[in-house]
Amino acid sequence: MLPVDIRVQKYVRSGILSVDEVKRARKRLLQMHYESNVGHIGGNLSALDAMLVVFHEYLGPRDRFILSKGHSAGALYVTLWSLGLLNDDDLKQFHKDGTLLSGHPPAAGIAEIPFATGSLGHGLSLAAGTALAFRIQKQDSRVYCLTSDGEWQEGSTWEALIFACHHQLENLTVLVDHNNLQGFGTTTDVASMSPLWERLRGFEVEVECVDGHNYDSIRQVLNVCPNRLRIIILKTIKGHGVSFMENCMEWHYLPLKQDQYLQAIQQVDAQ
Amino acid sequence: MVFLTGDLGFMALEPLQKAMGERFINAGVAEQNMVSVAAAMAREGLEPWVYSIAPFCYARPFEQIRNDVAFHKLPVKLIGNGGGYGYGVMGPTHHAIEDYGVLLSLPNMSVFVPVFDEDIDAVIERIGTTTRSAYLRLGRGEPPKGYMVPSYAPWRQLTVGAGQVVIVVGPLAGTYIAAFSELPDALRPNLWVIAELPLEENPLPDNLLHQIKGGPGLCVVEEHVRRGGFGSELLLYLANIGVLPTRFTHLFARAHHYERYGSQGYLRKQAGLDVTSMLSVVVQT
Repeated sequence: MLPVDIRVQKYVRSGILSVDEVKRARKRLLQMHYESNVGHIGGNLSALDAMLVVFHEYLGPRDRFILSKGHSAGALYVTLWSLGLLNDDDLKQFHKDGTLLSGHPPAAGIAEIPFATGSLGHGLSLAAGTALAFRIQKQDSRVYCLTSDGEWQEGSTWEALIFACHHQLENLTVLVDHNNLQGFGTTTDVASMSPLWERLRGFEVEVECVDGHNYDSIRQVLNVCPNRLRIIILKTIKGHGVSFMENCMEWHYLPLKQDQYLQAIQQVDAQ
Repeated sequence: MVFLTGDLGFMALEPLQKAMGERFINAGVAEQNMVSVAAAMAREGLEPWVYSIAPFCYARPFEQIRNDVAFHKLPVKLIGNGGGYGYGVMGPTHHAIEDYGVLLSLPNMSVFVPVFDEDIDAVIERIGTTTRSAYLRLGRGEPPKGYMVPSYAPWRQLTVGAGQVVIVVGPLAGTYIAAFSELPDALRPNLWVIAELPLEENPLPDNLLHQIKGGPGLCVVEEHVRRGGFGSELLLYLANIGVLPTRFTHLFARAHHYERYGSQGYLRKQAGLDVTSMLSVVVQT
């Protein structure tokens, strides 16, 4: 990992992400999963685009990103790699013995990862607490929190929402990776509160729905700083970018076989 | 410092609320969120104290204490009011008889069980300075009238005699002092109280070990269930250092026996923790 002073330089906005950088990150994600023979690929592909935009273009050195959707740690590691904060050797240790790059974010050891999430429903509270701490300390910083859609079934997420609204945490931006699939069915089949954005609009929040894979749409909404808590519903596709994975629940779990990996890389290259 | 309460503190926390302003946060009836918020605040360098009725402090948000506080070794201070059967006839939903056993299963956790009301200042000071996570099990001091409370220490000997060693966790000890003091020397137990756990952080004093080794027996008493409580922790500690008592009894809170309800005193009696039951155990000729 890079020394802290180089990290600070890289953290300052480096301009708009290029299509090539995005493709590179997507391919590196597939490579990392293939080499470690590990699943959670579908959810990582649905979350990766938003993470890349936030980290490259919006997150300052004193801001925080909390991945409440902890099983998308792989996407977070690749995002940090794309910024030069993790290197190829680090990614090769994904899921290996003695690694820091575990299946869900580690509790310590990577400065940009403040919490070991992985149990759904914790991250929004952690984000709200961080945002409130910034206010008490009069620190002009922002907190971004990425949740899954399924974790809005956890009651604790609603506790956090009530708290964040009540305390008017305008320095908190919540992103929901809304890919409609969860562990054992679609979100509509399992515990429907569809559409989630209508439920959220009952609170004092700004709710926006955007295409979670359209960078300009994401930028358009992130460029505006509302004066209250904001929730951005990213309408995403599980397995986005790889045709045989898209909208398939099994790609929450399965690792890639070699022929699938090569096919996936080909598809990303052709995008 | 920040103070978070789970919507509790009527006629108790008003002065604190006034003094702390925006740093006093009523987090509402949402303990899981409250603990995670506290963890995040600790991560950002604040000193969070979290208050609720004891079971709502440790049972409801246990995963948050485990994942958000303990995994990150954050110095969050949890205050649980009404440890043991403290809430009496309010019923078992308000009792905390598994609290410190469960919490001590987590890394980096210190537990404080003040014995007397006079202990509070010193205990708060210690909790304030520790870098570990902390749980304060609040109860009610019950010494005999006119009793000279010894100044605070994690371990204190309250009565001296040639009888068994009796080690009690927390304020329950106060209910035994008068009866033990009236016993003849030959039968009077060496009554010790412990107010801080785990034992690795608060090892037994040498003279206590000496009394256990040479004495007629050891009785451990706690307002906590048998499994995972202080009794098993102490025996494991003693076994590891090769000191075992000639005789051992354990008095503990009985779980899941609530056919009838009542005050803390009534429930202690049901569990065999009252002074009469205690005397019949330790004073055996």
